[in-house]
Amino acid sequence: MDLNYTPAEQAFREEVRSYLRDNLPKRLSDKVAKGLRLSRDDLREWHAILNKAGWLAWHWPKEHGGTDWTPVEAHIFHEEIVVANAPRIVPFGVNMLGPVLIKYGSEEQKAHYLPRILTSEHWWCQGYSEPGAGSDLASLKTEAVLDGDEWVINGQKTWTTLGHIADHIFVLARTDKTGKPQEGISFFLVPMDVPGVEVRPIITLDGEHEVNEVFLTDVRIPKANIVGEVNGGWTLAKYLLTYERTGIAGVGYSRQAMEHLKAAAKRLKANGKPLREDPFFAARMGKVEIDLMAMDIFNLRVVAAAGGGAAGGVESSMLKVQGTVVRQELTDLMRRAFGPHAAPFISEAFDEGWNEEPVGPAGAMKQATKYFNMRKVSIYGGSNEIQKNIISKMGLGL
Amino acid sequence: MDFTLSEERRMLTETLTRFVREKYDLKTRHKAAKMEGGFDPAMWAEFAELGAVGALLPESAGGFGGAGEDILVVFEALGGGLVVEPFLATAVLGATPLIGAGKDEMLEEVIAGGFHLALAHTEPESRYEMARVACRAEGGKITGRKSVVLNGATADRLIVSARTSGGEADEAGIGLWLVDPKGPGVTMRAFGTVDGGHAAEFAFDGAPGEALGDPEGGYPALEAALGRGALALCAEALGAMEACKALTLDYMKTRKQFGAPLAKFQALQHRMVEMVIAIEQARSLTMLAAGMLDAPRKERERAISAAKNLVGRVGRLVSEETIQLHGGIAMTWEYAAPHFAKRLIMIDHMLGDEDFHLARFMALEEAA
Repeated sequence: MDLNYTPAEQAFREEVRSYLRDNLPKRLSDKVAKGLRLSRDDLREWHAILNKAGWLAWHWPKEHGGTDWTPVEAHIFHEEIVVANAPRIVPFGVNMLGPVLIKYGSEEQKAHYLPRILTSEHWWCQGYSEPGAGSDLASLKTEAVLDGDEWVINGQKTWTTLGHIADHIFVLARTDKTGKPQEGISFFLVPMDVPGVEVRPIITLDGEHEVNEVFLTDVRIPKANIVGEVNGGWTLAKYLLTYERTGIAGVGYSRQAMEHLKAAAKRLKANGKPLREDPFFAARMGKVEIDLMAMDIFNLRVVAAAGGGAAGGVESSMLKVQGTVVRQELTDLMRRAFGPHAAPFISEAFDEGWNEEPVGPAGAMKQATKYFNMRKVSIYGGSNEIQKNIISKMGLGL
Repeated sequence: MDFTLSEERRMLTETLTRFVREKYDLKTRHKAAKMEGGFDPAMWAEFAELGAVGALLPESAGGFGGAGEDILVVFEALGGGLVVEPFLATAVLGATPLIGAGKDEMLEEVIAGGFHLALAHTEPESRYEMARVACRAEGGKITGRKSVVLNGATADRLIVSARTSGGEADEAGIGLWLVDPKGPGVTMRAFGTVDGGHAAEFAFDGAPGEALGDPEGGYPALEAALGRGALALCAEALGAMEACKALTLDYMKTRKQFGAPLAKFQALQHRMVEMVIAIEQARSLTMLAAGMLDAPRKERERAISAAKNLVGRVGRLVSEETIQLHGGIAMTWEYAAPHFAKRLIMIDHMLGDEDFHLARFMALEEAA
């Protein structure tokens, strides 16, 4: 056991840092630092920057355009992109579909889709949840029926994050209604420009458009657009979720939020003194920092043990539960740090080019909406209660 | 960065864990705790022969370990059996200030199992503060009182913190003194502790002491001893938490109510899961503290305080949930789980509780 970074690891950190310094445009890092909305083009620009270095799909095998990074190098990479105020990597193609195709896809599918994920020629979104199938995902009702050489899909997907800027959607659909719900599901690849795909926005409680409903009406796709076996989709669905949950734990983003919180608590005043000297606030801030330190090491331990960029099934559930508890506590403290100035709500302020004077101290205006937005993390990817069921059954044998 | 244990550490862990499992059941433990002095000298000799004492001290002091990782694996194994032999008092709190202080012969005897030490630092008014020392040293004579000195009654020598200069809470002006507890000017009262341990309080009235190093600059050695001690307690707590987890899981799978094992009730499942996740967090920070033991002061001490804070919080959760998830059986002396639960709670009362270490963690951020 040695928790110090080796000279090679330090050199790797320097390599990442200098690449980001030279290639991440200030326009983008400024937007991230200020919490402004990122456009479709912003996100594609960032993916292209990473892809140029060969880092976008770092956890893919090298033959498909990945790297042979160790888990520690991957950790360093994520630390550095957070420190640099880089946008997030949009996970649906690279971190979710990619690993599924690599493990379960045909050679043709790998050759066709993987390079297009890297170049952003295909921009994916996730067709999992339905109005009647949230945490109980296996009860989904969207149906796919084979008609000659085509699958015909009918149904409704929901909570489709960034579906409005995507051109492809991976869809879980029912192909058999007779057996156990899990045994009649298949995994499909659907281009969104075919007739019958309709995307409608859902405005969330923070006033933002991030998620959507996707209606699929007599959508016809080629027979070859299924991944894995017919009725074998649940295994793929669960494998994908281990990546999703590891990502939702969001340790890197919590570390960034922690730094922002510390800076705010030094800058903002309570009782005429820096907020960090308020004993009640300081206690909560200290506790969450300690929880985050633990989470950081826990994340490294389980991701290192599993390899391949995601923790195992049970561990990814543990990461998801604990990571989201920490993320939500941080956004709660950020909201409180700004006191009454967390209340003003000027939606245009988060668009590029808004030049008016902000209300309250710098950074105040986004904290309450961010807090409300972050309530999602203990719900999506399988609610934290579902994760506890999984851990209980698979991890503890209860 | 590497989280795997070296081959030597893995072997040490296996040897010790097997020894504790096979030779140190609860009955043996209770019997040892009831002996005069609160432990079994024959058992201590066996542990010493296994190398468990030497593993806690560096080669420079005649041992063959002494790194954070050694403390981690040894104390986790001890915690799994609620071992009452004075590892913490003798081999960590007592021995640390002797390293590099010209006391190699004494340390050799410690490693061989023939010599005991105790750190007499806590005072009636000092609570957990590390630099609050009212005890005075004048002309090599110690005067003052010390409280809850772990395994003080069986120590062949005490290491006493006493002040030669400075204000009552100043780091500067504290010295560490070697005192013979059977010598003149020392009175002692010994007692058992609620978790099966043993401690004593001392009054010194002009007791002769031998300075260990600089009689005004002993604070760094004191901090090192307390830091290694806190790490040892965290690791011991991990062993006790794992024991609680195993006992509770086993009980949930066998105990039936309303026609079904407790394991089938979701309210209980979720509480068990929360406990297990929390244990993994406590383990993570204990590993971090072990890995940072040789890091620069601020990093090292913050990691130690972070770990001790979290272990305090998680220890209470695991202790209380273990009792609650079991039900009435965990209220009995006869059953094993409540003894682990008691130890977890009382670990938080030693070398700084969760509040103390939270405040220290925050204060250290501002430290140079």
